[in-house]
Amino acid sequence: MSKEKVQFKSNVVIRFAGDSGDGIQLTGTQFTTSTALAGNDLATYPDYPAEIRAPAGTIAGVSGFQLHFGSDEIHTSGDLCDVLVVMNAAALKANLEHLKKGGIIIANEDGFDEKNLRLARYVDGINPLEDGSLEEYQVHTVPVTKLTRECLKETGLGVREMDRSKNMFVLGLLYYMYNRSMDPTINFLQSKFSRKPEVADANIKALKAGFAFADTTEIQHGRFEVKAAPMRKGTYRSIMGNQATAFGLIAAGERAGLPIYYATYPITPASDVLHELSRHKNFSVVTVQSEDEIAAVCSAIGASYGGSLGVTASAGPGISLKTEGISLATIYEIPLVVCDIQRAGPSTGLPTKMEQADLMQAIYGRPGEAPLAVVAANSPADCFESVFEACRLALEFMTPVFFLSDGYLANGAEPWRFPSARDLREIKVGFATAKDCDNGVFLPYKRDERLVRKWALPGTAGLEHRIGGLEKEDLTGNISYDPENHEKMVKIRQRKIDNIADHIPEQALDSGPEEGELLIVGWGSTYGTIKAALRQLRDEGVDVAHAHLRYLNPFPRNLGQLLQNHRRVLVPEINNGQLVRLLRDKYLVPAIPYNKIKGQPFAVAEIKNKVWEVLNSLEN
Amino acid sequence: MPSTQTQEQTSNFTSKDLVSDQDIRWCPGCGDYSILKQVQKVLPELGLLKENIVFVSGIGCSSRFPYYMNTYGMHSIHGRASAIASGLKVSRPELSVWVVTGDGDSLSIGGNHTIHTLRKNPDLNILLFNNEIYGLTKGQFSPTSPEGKVTKSSPMGSVEHPFNPLALALGADATFVARSMDRDPKHLQAMIRRSAEHRGTSLLEIYQNCNVFNDGAFQAFTDRATKNDHALFLEHGRPLLFGPANKKGIRLRDGCHPTIVHLEEDGVSESDLWIHDEHDSLKAGLLARLSENENNGRGEFPKAFGVFYSTQRSSLEDAVLEQIESARDKLGAGDLDALIRGDHVWEIK
Repeated sequence: MSKEKVQFKSNVVIRFAGDSGDGIQLTGTQFTTSTALAGNDLATYPDYPAEIRAPAGTIAGVSGFQLHFGSDEIHTSGDLCDVLVVMNAAALKANLEHLKKGGIIIANEDGFDEKNLRLARYVDGINPLEDGSLEEYQVHTVPVTKLTRECLKETGLGVREMDRSKNMFVLGLLYYMYNRSMDPTINFLQSKFSRKPEVADANIKALKAGFAFADTTEIQHGRFEVKAAPMRKGTYRSIMGNQATAFGLIAAGERAGLPIYYATYPITPASDVLHELSRHKNFSVVTVQSEDEIAAVCSAIGASYGGSLGVTASAGPGISLKTEGISLATIYEIPLVVCDIQRAGPSTGLPTKMEQADLMQAIYGRPGEAPLAVVAANSPADCFESVFEACRLALEFMTPVFFLSDGYLANGAEPWRFPSARDLREIKVGFATAKDCDNGVFLPYKRDERLVRKWALPGTAGLEHRIGGLEKEDLTGNISYDPENHEKMVKIRQRKIDNIADHIPEQALDSGPEEGELLIVGWGSTYGTIKAALRQLRDEGVDVAHAHLRYLNPFPRNLGQLLQNHRRVLVPEINNGQLVRLLRDKYLVPAIPYNKIKGQPFAVAEIKNKVWEVLNSLEN
Repeated sequence: MPSTQTQEQTSNFTSKDLVSDQDIRWCPGCGDYSILKQVQKVLPELGLLKENIVFVSGIGCSSRFPYYMNTYGMHSIHGRASAIASGLKVSRPELSVWVVTGDGDSLSIGGNHTIHTLRKNPDLNILLFNNEIYGLTKGQFSPTSPEGKVTKSSPMGSVEHPFNPLALALGADATFVARSMDRDPKHLQAMIRRSAEHRGTSLLEIYQNCNVFNDGAFQAFTDRATKNDHALFLEHGRPLLFGPANKKGIRLRDGCHPTIVHLEEDGVSESDLWIHDEHDSLKAGLLARLSENENNGRGEFPKAFGVFYSTQRSSLEDAVLEQIESARDKLGAGDLDALIRGDHVWEIK
């Protein structure tokens, strides 16, 4: 391809797709790292099957990774892609609907042989690369498998080993197309395979071969230039949601001066938090892979009782198993952080797909009146601050706190203008001492003006006391069946949680007028999509307001007023309508639900269309 | 790694100091009273500081125990005491952590935590009050009730085969397994002491009479008239003897088949008998099922009491802390800024 033919693009969406054993996620994250280092803003969306290795070549086994990057602000992983990279026929069949009309297809033609076509259920061996059905697209076929084997034939590796490097060949090709440096990937390969230098060498060879192939062949798709985005000054890194969650927990432990005790049972999409944390034990982090979800929450409670910050995590099905433990922590009034990395339910549901359907479970899903605080992250990087905030509230208010993330945030990545440790707020933790006794008697359920009790640790002489799941007498904590006392304690525990509203920021608008026709209220991972949609609408002359909630229980103090300031309130959610019910219930506003429940995020266009629909209905 | 359970120090409390200000609500005549008393008797002799003792319980009659101990205590949820206690022990290895549980709590609803706790071996002392019945819910069969047991929920007799708690514990690779009973205070005290001294999870099964819903379940082992013939008390390095005047003994035929012999009538001497070795895991398994052996003409096989098995294996908290130490040695103390920054950053100017 000729080097003069460089086209400038403001943003590009690339989707990589292939067998789940093809190394698609690795290819995607490597391209992401190089793109971040090139200074683009970006957002990613891994879309992979629940089966680790579904039969090779079938639609069920297709794994995808979408990356949206640009020279302008990027808020979503993109609705449709500009470039679709497919390693086999099944990948094309499963992903063609995600490609823009006129978009580029880069296909590994070796993945379209008779067997692959049959496995992808193309009838009678019809090859879509040859039958003219892709006329609306720019199709570039490359014999990736053949070329990779060719470039590695001197290495002495077997065919299977050689084929494992074909993703690197494709990556090299794309690095050329988008003018990316190969260095970060070469460094990565050298470090990852430091004990298997022959594997590192083979992958690097394939990477370079792909790059050279694109440089020298006659493929007519040209080369693209996406300039660095004008982002806020500062130092950035790329971060994924689960990684940010792990870092946020460690940071909270450091700022509170407490060890973190993280106990969990493996579950998609939460396990990567465990994997990340378990690599950082030099930070006084204890990670425990428990025998089950119940043991995880219970041992975290035990650790909190001992003076660590107990944390447990799961996705919806596991959270439901932890329910009784969480309710115990509410009556103990002990710090506990529960991370719910939501996925599509009910039951096992769609384990690798995203959903926001655990909000009600987080707020209400316990026996009895068992209020607690709920905090939700709105982007991969925001997982850091949000989980830090969940830890702060748990420790400062002696309460369990839910931290809500989801599969889209957990595995998505974005550039992060990371904070320095000294800028993180301090978390105040005070333990009870013998001075807290009244006439020699320690009252474990005596409270301060915020209604928070003291944290009395075993090992402190003179404060020996018992706590339990039975209703406790005010102040003493002794078992009490007194009806007046029970009602009083239920109200106190509720007021304590309500009081948190005085210790969190007021709700700010993300954009739009303070008063107006329409306010969009969102929470969680819909943030980027709503933001991108509203920005486009502003360019089209429509200015609606957007508030995105981090604090879901209690709500910020001014939320009611904010809702009143707008004629209508629209609540988009990836569920069947949960926040919308909470808003209607608490503020008696006729908020309009807008729901998508397909295991996928909203598309920007969907939000825009809905806004137009609501605005038009207001005019009529 | 320091352990409170073998600390060379003087206790700062007496038995009386362990009595809490709460009225005890167990039924009059319940075996739990004796267990509470023996625990309160033994604890001051262990060289512990009172503020370092924590009792954790689940749900059930036995699980009210922490409320009656003037130490730190947690009454928790059904079946989960050992999970909670594990988290506490790992986060605070210097504490002396006790789990009080029952047969329903630890073997039915909490069975999973019991076996996994034993496998992982945190330094906990589990006191399993086995009364072979559900008391707090007023008399249903439990996972240790014998087949055919008639209860409110099994009027035609239970159709379920019961757990053998000690065989289960041994199967889960427990490092300390013992049995005692509420009505033998001296033996119970000795077993509580041994449990406390063991580093790792100790499982002490205590036969406990529920005089309301399952009265007399263990009468054969506690009544003077029958005790000698039905209870065999184990001592490390000593032959297995029982019966009136200790004239009966257990011999291992072919090294693995227990048979009852009479020392005088069968012409065998003590040296021919099975000599108890509490470090022998295979024989511990035989002991756990001793009473299930078929009568070989010398009467029924007795049940064993005492320490069945004891071995040393790294405790969970020691292993966890060693990894943290080793991570610090290798990586240095955590540097939050370096962690957050990572390996790949770029500047926007």
